[in-house]
Amino acid sequence: MNTWIAIGVTTVGCYLLKYAGLLVPAGVLERPLVRRLAALLPVVLLAALTAQQTLSEGQHLVVDAKLAGVGAAALALVLRAPFLMVIAVAVVVTAGVRALGG
Amino acid sequence: MPEQIEQTTSHGIPGPQRVPSEASPGKSDAAVIRDALGVGVAVGLSGFAFGVTSAGAGLSVLQSCLLSLFVFTGASQFALVGALGAGGNPFAAAAGAFFLGVRNSFYGLRLSGVLGYRAVVKPFAAHWIIDETSAVTFAQPDRRSARLGFTVTGLSLYVLWNLTTLAGALGAEALGDTDAWGLDAAGPAAFLALLGPMLKTTVERAAAGLAVVLMLGTFPVLPAGVPVLVSALAAPAVLMARGARSRKASTAREESR
Repeated sequence: MNTWIAIGVTTVGCYLLKYAGLLVPAGVLERPLVRRLAALLPVVLLAALTAQQTLSEGQHLVVDAKLAGVGAAALALVLRAPFLMVIAVAVVVTAGVRALGG
Repeated sequence: MPEQIEQTTSHGIPGPQRVPSEASPGKSDAAVIRDALGVGVAVGLSGFAFGVTSAGAGLSVLQSCLLSLFVFTGASQFALVGALGAGGNPFAAAAGAFFLGVRNSFYGLRLSGVLGYRAVVKPFAAHWIIDETSAVTFAQPDRRSARLGFTVTGLSLYVLWNLTTLAGALGAEALGDTDAWGLDAAGPAAFLALLGPMLKTTVERAAAGLAVVLMLGTFPVLPAGVPVLVSALAAPAVLMARGARSRKASTAREESR
């Protein structure tokens, strides 16, 4: 049930965000501070989510094969690998380290 | 889905800088369609990663597909299933996804004038306002090309994103224990791949670093879903710190005169 609630709320919320942009007269949200904040918001959220999903299991800090996989993905990113390749590297390295008993 | 419009593109897809916007007047329809399909197909295939991650987080195939059909903004979708997989409160999970979707409002603000759609078309066009459609549309020289680019990118990406979500979710279910295949690393790797191209200046890097510190400092003690929202405070914090520093610097310059 919780999953359905979350899906419903996210669906409505994300759609309204998109539609609102088309409806609001230009200029209302064009103040520099608001724009800078909006640009920075995905940066901080994605950074936090990366750290959380790499290093946490519930409320416990977990260092396992996933860290090696995400580390390898970071390297692939620096080497300008395309999106799907970055993810593939993370998956393969994580599975490999885990198979080796990491 | 990925990057900010003002910034370079991830995925090696043609972004605003590489789509020749000064090719006007009269950019051919074929050229617009080629650019749009390049982006739509490349990114549309990434729905596979979402389907796998969503199934791995415990969502059903139906739930995964509904998210791609009706939410249709990748970063928010990944964030939601990640939070749900960690057992978060549904409203906190949705809040994280919501904040990631705020940038689409800003794309819409600028797209409104570029596309010039009538009021009856807007509710439908709104659903396709994401990073990639905005990037392609802003790169077009005139309204005709902009509308064509928006439509072709939106349609190709939407169809593929949903088909590959289904394939990924079904595939992950067939595999059983997705962790053994390392598929639990797909989610964080996707976030990282979305984040990478955004880290252009020290402001972004400082904000990202502070967000990681806030996350690691709070997740052991706060309820699931809340630490992400706390980490979001890194954005105003860094902007305020920078504002204070530049004010101080200008004061110092004044005094040294």
